[in-house]
Amino acid sequence: MLRRLLLLWWIGCLASVCYGADLRIAVDADPISLDPHEQLSEAGIQYSHAVFDPLVRWRQDGTFEPRLASSWERLDQRTLRLHLRDDVTFHSGNRMDADDVLFTMDRLKLSTDFKGLFNVVQNVDKIDDYTVDIHTTDLYPLLLNSLAYVFVIDKAFYQGRAEIIKFGQTFAAKNVSGSGPFQVKQRIAGQKLVLERNPHYWDKSSRGNLKQLELITIRSDSTRLAALLTGDVDVISPVAPIDIARVQSTPDINFLALTGTRIVMLQLNQARRVEFQDIRVRKAMNLAINQALIVEKILRGYGEAAGQLSADAFAGHLSTLLPESDLAKAKQLMAEAGYEQGFRISMMAPNNRYMSDERVAQAAAAMLEKINIRVDLKTFPKAQYFQLFDQRAADVMMLGWQSDTFDSNNIFEFILACRDQQSGLGAYNSGGFCDALIDQGITLANNEMKPEQRERILQGIEAHVAAQALVIPLYWQPIIWAAKAHVNLASVVNFLNFPYWGDLEVRE
Amino acid sequence: MLRFIGRRLLQAMFVLLIISVISFMIQDKLGDPVQQMVGQSVPQQDRLALQQDLGLNDPLLVQYGRFLGRALQGDLGTSYYYKEATLDIILSRLPATLELSFSALVLVILLATPLGVVAAIHPKSLLSRAILIFSTLGLSVPIFIVAVFLMYFFAIEWRLLPSFGRGETTWVMGLWQSGLFNKDGLLHLLLPSFSLAFVLTPMFIRLIRAEMIDALQSEYIRYAWSKGISASRIYFVHALKNTMLPVITVAGIQVGTLVAYTILTESIFQWPGMGLLFMEAVTRVDVPLISAYLMVVGVIFVVTNTVVDLVYSLVNPRVRLPGYGS
Repeated sequence: MLRRLLLLWWIGCLASVCYGADLRIAVDADPISLDPHEQLSEAGIQYSHAVFDPLVRWRQDGTFEPRLASSWERLDQRTLRLHLRDDVTFHSGNRMDADDVLFTMDRLKLSTDFKGLFNVVQNVDKIDDYTVDIHTTDLYPLLLNSLAYVFVIDKAFYQGRAEIIKFGQTFAAKNVSGSGPFQVKQRIAGQKLVLERNPHYWDKSSRGNLKQLELITIRSDSTRLAALLTGDVDVISPVAPIDIARVQSTPDINFLALTGTRIVMLQLNQARRVEFQDIRVRKAMNLAINQALIVEKILRGYGEAAGQLSADAFAGHLSTLLPESDLAKAKQLMAEAGYEQGFRISMMAPNNRYMSDERVAQAAAAMLEKINIRVDLKTFPKAQYFQLFDQRAADVMMLGWQSDTFDSNNIFEFILACRDQQSGLGAYNSGGFCDALIDQGITLANNEMKPEQRERILQGIEAHVAAQALVIPLYWQPIIWAAKAHVNLASVVNFLNFPYWGDLEVRE
Repeated sequence: MLRFIGRRLLQAMFVLLIISVISFMIQDKLGDPVQQMVGQSVPQQDRLALQQDLGLNDPLLVQYGRFLGRALQGDLGTSYYYKEATLDIILSRLPATLELSFSALVLVILLATPLGVVAAIHPKSLLSRAILIFSTLGLSVPIFIVAVFLMYFFAIEWRLLPSFGRGETTWVMGLWQSGLFNKDGLLHLLLPSFSLAFVLTPMFIRLIRAEMIDALQSEYIRYAWSKGISASRIYFVHALKNTMLPVITVAGIQVGTLVAYTILTESIFQWPGMGLLFMEAVTRVDVPLISAYLMVVGVIFVVTNTVVDLVYSLVNPRVRLPGYGS
C-alpha cells in the first residue's frame, strides 16, 4: 500500500512540477465565515491573506508592497490613483478589473466591522479597466494602511447575493471566489479549514510551494502544543509562555517569537476615584509597577516592557520613553499626596483574552500592594469582561489594544480621546479623563500628510501621556509561533501576525 | 408498558420546560453575544443596533415566549456562530460523543466486572488490595490530570497514539460518521475513552465488590455450594446476576456524570463532539446553542432513565413499575 502510494507520488512528481508538501497549522481561533468582509479579526485577516489578495500589503519592515494594485500615485492632496494588475483571475475563472475593486469598496462601506476604516473614503472612480482613483473626504495620511484591508472579491460571482448579515446565513459566508494563492477545499466550522493551491495564481515570483494548507482549530494551549510535539500538526500558534521552555528544548522544533504591537495596559478611572485625579498618585502607581519583571517572570522574557503605548514599529514611538520602576520614589509620592496609608481600589481583568492576562493582573495587584494600594481584583472570561468594561465597572481596568491601522493614532483615538458616543472616539477610554490637548493632537495628526511632522505630533501626544501618567502601559504582547524544523516561519510571519502562507517555501 | 412510556414522555416535557426556563434565566449572566461577533472598533451604536435586531433588548418574558413558540414547532433556534439550526449542529456532533461514551462504558464494564468480582471472592488477597488501592486513587484523581498524563506519555513521549481529534471517519450505512470502523479512528478513540473510563471504573469496582460480597453471604449461595454447583457458575451466574440490579441503577444515574466528563475530555483532546461544542458555545455566548444543548442533554437523561427502568424490570421480574402493566 505504502509502496504504491510512493510510486503514485513519484509519477505525479514527474508529470508536473513536484509541488511541495502539505502543511497542517493549528491555531486557537478560526474565521467565523468564508466572507472576508464579515469580521475584522486576526483569524479572519489571516484567512483573507490566503484566499484573497489585498490591494497592497505590509512588508516585514513596515513598508507597503504592491499586490493587486501594481503601483499608486498621489494626484492631489485628496486623491490617490491606483494602477491595477491586468493578469489576475479569480478562482471562478473571472478576470479581475476596476469594477471588482469598486464593488469591493462599496461592500466594505456596508460592513459593520470594516466601514470604520473606510469612512474617510468619499468615492472611488473608475478611470479605465485597470485604473481607479480614490477620493477621500479630507486629507488622510493612512489611506494605504486602510487599503491593506481591501481584499478584492469577484463581482460577477457575488453580485446580487453579496449581503453581509452578522447573525444569519448568507451566500458569501459559504461560497467563495477570491484571487489568492489558495482555494477553499473544505470547511468544517469550528474545526478545520482545508485550502489547496490555486494553480493559476498570478504571482509567479512567489516562491511558495505549499500544495495544501490545513488550518485546524485547537483551543486548548496544551493540546495544541501536544499536537505539534507528536507531529500531528506542523505549525502552531500561539504558544503559552509557560510552555516556551518545553518547545525550545525539543530539538527538531523551530521557535519564533516577535514583539507584537498589541499594547496591554491598565487604565485608572479618574471619574470613579478622586485619588486618581492626583498626578502624584498616578505617577506612584506607574513607578510601583515593574513592567520588566512582569515580562521576565510571566511572559518568560518574551514581549517587551512598555513605557508608552506606541510600539517601536509605530510612528508615535519615542525611544526615550522607557518603563520606570522605583518603589522608594513611589512611596514618597504617595506620602506627598497624603496617601501614605494607601487606599482600597477595585480592579478587573479578563482571564482568557490576552496572553497570561489573569496572572499579569495578579502580579500588578501585588505590586500596587507595596505602596499600600489594596486591590480587589476580579477576573472574568472575555464575554463577560467586555460588558463590564463598557460599564466602566471598576477603578482599574485592563485592556490590550491592537491598532488596526498599525499606527499610533488609532490607539490614541480609541484609548485616550475624550469619550464621544456619536463619533465613537474614546470608546475604550476607561480613564474617565478628557484632555483637549490630546484631542487636538489626534485631529492634527489625522490631517498631516508630511510624515516627519506627523511623527512629531504623535510623539508629542505620547510624551504628554507619559508626563501626566494617564495610563499604566505594561508591555507589548509577543507573537509566538512554533513549527517543525523544516518550516521556515521567519520568512512569512510578520509583526502584524498576518502570515503570508502563499509565499511559504517548504523544503523536504 | 404504553402507559408507563406515556407518563415518562409527560415527565420529559416537564423537565424540558424547566431546563428552558433556567437556560433563559442565565443568559444575561453569560455576556454579550454581539460583542463576540464584531471587531473591536465597531462603535457601540452599531452593537446596540445588532442587539435590537436580535431581539435581545425585549423583556425576557417576550423572548421566552418567542422561543417557546418556535420550540413547539421543533425549532430550537439558530446558532449565532454556526448560523445553522442548533438541533442540526448538535445532532451532527452527537455521534462523536456517543461513540466516545459507548467505548468508555464498554471499557468500564470490561475492567470493573472482573476486578470487582475478584476483589469480592478473595477480599484478603494481595491482588484485591491492589485493586482497592487503584480504585481509591482513581476516585480521587481528577480527570484532566489523568487525561493530560495519558496524553503526555502515550502521545508525546512514546509517540504511540495521536493527541487530538477523531482522525479518519467513515459513513455507516449513510447514517452517521463513525470512527469505530477504521484503524485511524480507533487509535484516536483510545486515549479519550480510557480517560473517561478511568474516572468511572473505580466506582463500579467498589460497587460490584460490595454487592458481590453481600450476595456471596446470602442463603441461596450457601445452598448452591451445598448442592455442589461449580464455583464459576455460582460466582458468575448466581451471584453476579443478582449484583447487577444496583449496578444498573447506578449506571443510569452515572450517565449524567458521563455527560459532564465528556465536556472535559472532549476539550482536552479536541474531540469534535457535543461537549466541546458546548464549551465553545459558552465562550462565544452562543445562547441558542447553549439552550439547545441543555435540552438535548435533558432528553438524554430522561431516555436513559426510562431505559434503565425498563431493563430493571427485565432483569428482576419482581419489580413493579408504577403505571407499567396492569
